[in-house]
Amino acid sequence: MTDAALTGATPSQITQIQESYLVQVRRRRMYGGLTLGIFVLLMVSGFVVADNRNAGGFWAGWHQIFDFPADVLSEAWEKRANLPALMVDFFPALLETINIAAASTLIGAMMGLVLALLSTRGLAKWPRLIPVFRRIMDIMRAVPEIVIALVLIFILGGGPVPAMIAIAFHTAGALGKLYSEVAENADLKAVEGLSSTGATWSQRMWLGVLPQVAPNFLSYTLLRFEINIRASAILGFVGAGGIGAELRNAMSWGPGRFDEAAAIFILLFGTIVFFDQLSSRYRTKMIKGQ
Amino acid sequence: MTDATAMLDQTKFSASGAFRRKRLTAFAVPAVILAYLLYIAISFDVLGLAKRASLENAGILASDSWSYKVHITRDNRRGGTSSAIEGERKGAYAEGTNPAWVEVADPENVTIDLDDGYVVRFLPDNATVFEIPDFGTITAQLVDGIIQTNLQEPIPDWINLSEQRMTVTTDAGRLSMTRSRTEVYRYFAGWELFWFTLDSPYSGHSLPEIVFGSRIDPTRSNISGAISDFWNNGMWRHKDVAWAIGETILMAFLGTFGAAIIALPLAFLAAKNFSPFMLVRGVARRLFDFVRGVDALIWTVVLARAFGPGPLTGALAILVTDMGTFGKIFSEALENVDEKQIEGVSSTGAKPLQRYRFGVIPQIVPVLLAQVLYFLESNTRSATIIGAITGGGIGLMLTQAIQTQKDWEEVAYYIVLIIGVVMLMDWFSGWLRGRLIGGKDSHGTS
Repeated sequence: MTDAALTGATPSQITQIQESYLVQVRRRRMYGGLTLGIFVLLMVSGFVVADNRNAGGFWAGWHQIFDFPADVLSEAWEKRANLPALMVDFFPALLETINIAAASTLIGAMMGLVLALLSTRGLAKWPRLIPVFRRIMDIMRAVPEIVIALVLIFILGGGPVPAMIAIAFHTAGALGKLYSEVAENADLKAVEGLSSTGATWSQRMWLGVLPQVAPNFLSYTLLRFEINIRASAILGFVGAGGIGAELRNAMSWGPGRFDEAAAIFILLFGTIVFFDQLSSRYRTKMIKGQ
Repeated sequence: MTDATAMLDQTKFSASGAFRRKRLTAFAVPAVILAYLLYIAISFDVLGLAKRASLENAGILASDSWSYKVHITRDNRRGGTSSAIEGERKGAYAEGTNPAWVEVADPENVTIDLDDGYVVRFLPDNATVFEIPDFGTITAQLVDGIIQTNLQEPIPDWINLSEQRMTVTTDAGRLSMTRSRTEVYRYFAGWELFWFTLDSPYSGHSLPEIVFGSRIDPTRSNISGAISDFWNNGMWRHKDVAWAIGETILMAFLGTFGAAIIALPLAFLAAKNFSPFMLVRGVARRLFDFVRGVDALIWTVVLARAFGPGPLTGALAILVTDMGTFGKIFSEALENVDEKQIEGVSSTGAKPLQRYRFGVIPQIVPVLLAQVLYFLESNTRSATIIGAITGGGIGLMLTQAIQTQKDWEEVAYYIVLIIGVVMLMDWFSGWLRGRLIGGKDSHGTS
């Protein structure tokens, strides 16, 4: 039909089609260009505003970026004999940071698991409460760790526990959402089979759903652990314990203690890279092993 | 026959072995988790936490975040009574004016009605009378710098008495008396002066009155005057808060999109199918790993040295860290592009740049955009914490408000704002993702 219509088209019709096509192309290009223009405008004006509100300007500061690392490195190089001993000294603080991350990932993952199963269609114990649990997860996800950490430091005093609770809270919301997306695709036949034997809800979840989704869950959890190590180090800087607190102390001494700062930088960098590699290796293994 | 039995036995054996292993892991995994949590509880000293935790602080936090107090203060050295909300100068009542429940007969004779029968009277010669229902009347007077009262032993535990200081805490309000001043606090629910401070002519007027009523301040129109007084409210600092929120969003925006713009060309260098030289590929990949490994914390510390505190430093810290992450994600996406489309484009005689533009970019843009927009929301959260370190944005205001340990209603306000902004960014990035990618998808299939 279309062939017939095309061959039957007169040249004027063809030019008409061509013209309307070109108009469409031009309009699309204009919209694309307009979007791009607005985006560039936003970026440039945003940069100018940020530059104006910063204490030191970008153009005055950019060539000083490497001054501080150079100072730290040269001082650390002078005192390089101290570095191994310092790294041993700071190792307990590093361990605390890793422990905060691991414990909060573990607790957050367990909370997230329960929240996810309660908010997944087809699996939820109380299907009517699904929206409630989803909103709870949304709010938990939206709370930055620093908010809870600072408030808890006021109540509980400094130390690792406020940071742990803060990170676990956010982790529960973040993992809960990811878990729920995975669990939504779980095969329900196993669950049906179990319920026909009279299994309770927790038995159905534990035996019917978890074995199916475990590799994906573990992979997300490992990724989260890696993120949480960073979060736990940064929370240490604002008042919780661990390597972040040591870094702030070393920094506040200024020159003369830069060998300590360098030792902490090395430890932190090494830890992050190590767990990054570890988690990415095991994650690919888990996903491919399916 | 024997063969079959042997095989059956073997299968049985291996099956029961598998069962045993399964049972073992089913118990071992929870046991290991439990053991680890026990170790954490000991090494973090969770039991000692109960001792260190301050329930008083928790109480202050819980009550102060949604209520405010009005101070009625008598200067015991120079005489004279003044009223101020939260005892701050910014919340002070103008000279000679007081809340309606404070009756000033003359400067030496003030009656403060705390409701429910609780009444405090400031009398001449630094004397104070506190009428408390179901208890009686407390009379206290400052004689030669020493507080003398009519209180008899045993003194109830809600009264704290020494020669230099007396504090009486009741449900209706609190009285505190020292050598220099006598103060009465009365608590009210809500965030007082949120809209206007007391020195604004619009304070105490309702919204319809301001919008539709007659002109309150003769020099300005009601709406513009009200907006300007709200914006410049000295107590809640709406202007500063709005700027701080803007700075935080700006950090996230500049950092995320800046990182994406820089990472895209570098990702081509790191992708196997676009970068023929192994050396270049290796350098680009190590660069990504390095900036990611250094982490936002160290980048923030380093960049703050060069640029000083402010939003630009935070934006650059996010930019550098995420450049590594984006570089890695983008190069993986590039390695997964479909070669057929590029072949198709090159068969029309397209030059290399055109091949990228029409063969590669359309394939990867949805993937990249989805990632970038996802990071935009998560970076809004990072920007609050980076702001607390570099000194910019709402993160800084929050840390300052918490460290002064005074204005918990402001802390509550900032927390609500931060959560609201993050949820807004989450919704916005989801909406944009739907518009840009979902729209394109439906266009492609139709």
